[in-house]
Amino acid sequence: MHELPYAQTILRVALEHAERAGATRIVALEIVVGELSTVVDDTIQYYWDIISEGTIAEGAELRFRRIPALLRCWDCGTQFRLDGEHLACPNCGSRKVAIIQGEEFNLESIEVE
Amino acid sequence: MTKLVTVEESIKERNNALAEANRRRFDESKTFVVNVMASPGAGKTTLILRTIEALKPYFRIAGIDGDLATSLDADRMAATGIPAVQVNTGGTCHLDAVMVQSALEHLDLEATDLLIIENVGNLVCPASFPLGAHINFLIASVPEGDDKPYKYPKMYRGVQAIALNKIDLLPYFDFDMDYFRQGVEVLNPGLAFFPLSAKTGEGLVEFHYWLREQVRTFLEG
Ligand SMILES: Nc1nc2c(ncn2[C@@H]2O[C@H](COP(=O)(O)OP(=O)(O)O)[C@@H](O)[C@H]2O)c(=O)[nH]1
Ligand SMILES: [Mg+2]
Ligand SMILES: [Zn+2]
Ligand SMILES: [Zn+2]
Repeated sequence: MHELPYAQTILRVALEHAERAGATRIVALEIVVGELSTVVDDTIQYYWDIISEGTIAEGAELRFRRIPALLRCWDCGTQFRLDGEHLACPNCGSRKVAIIQGEEFNLESIEVE
Repeated sequence: MTKLVTVEESIKERNNALAEANRRRFDESKTFVVNVMASPGAGKTTLILRTIEALKPYFRIAGIDGDLATSLDADRMAATGIPAVQVNTGGTCHLDAVMVQSALEHLDLEATDLLIIENVGNLVCPASFPLGAHINFLIASVPEGDDKPYKYPKMYRGVQAIALNKIDLLPYFDFDMDYFRQGVEVLNPGLAFFPLSAKTGEGLVEFHYWLREQVRTFLEG
């Protein structure tokens, strides 16, 4: 249900940038979604088809690019991927780790005509 | 020929602009705002009522309730003698900044020191929809289990304080406190943590003292 406001924001941001670029049509959008983000692609797509109707983005393709969650150990500097519930550093076992990637939800670029 | 236009904008940040507008309003009227989030039944209303009771002598308090499961919660808040507004979320699973904005029309912020917002009972999306609150507060509870931080990392990362409610039930549940705290610590290092029971009152003094100091510091600042 919360994907609707996201879809609306994507549309608003895309239209702004398209207008600035003097485009007459938006063909595709590249959207980056981090593994820890709670965004559901299919639901965004569902709302997108409805709200983009009648705009220059109607029929544009949504390309979702998933990126994994990355953690970094404060103690030894090792970077590692989130593996289920195992949050400890695989190198030294420390539990002092920080999330450095995986919470993104960005509109990276748009392809326009 | 198509051409590529670089955008590189965070959709979430753009969504947050409305929450920032609310925040400016709260700061102008000197109203400290707490956004209370939890699963249904974790004890939001119970803890809020006890908190109103404890802090009423010190501050002018108001409440907004967006919980779907118990539509009577705003009435229960109002029964303590404070102004309270029920938000009709129209079936939505979270409160958002716009709903809060419309609820504010029914409250006198200038005459409010502390505004407590009970969000919709849900651990998934309220974290993605900031309301402009000064403190996002999560209530976990013992019966939900000790693995919740691992299952809902986003919620645990997005809050400034957490209560673990229903500790009176610890003897009856297989709840590993160290495991739970470890998850919290990794996701949100140094987070203010209050184990308590809104039923027996255990741990409430520490929580109320902390909140009172937060509000007082804000009002004096
Ligand atoms: N045993 C126990 N029960 C509690 C505690 N706090 C709340 N409850 C009970 O949990 C149920 C749900 O509480 P409520 O405040 O309505 O939860 P909400 O849905 O999060 O607002 C009620 O039956 C409360 O009496 C507690 O600390 N210990
Ligand atoms: Mg409630
Ligand atoms: Zn390490
Ligand atoms: Zn929602």
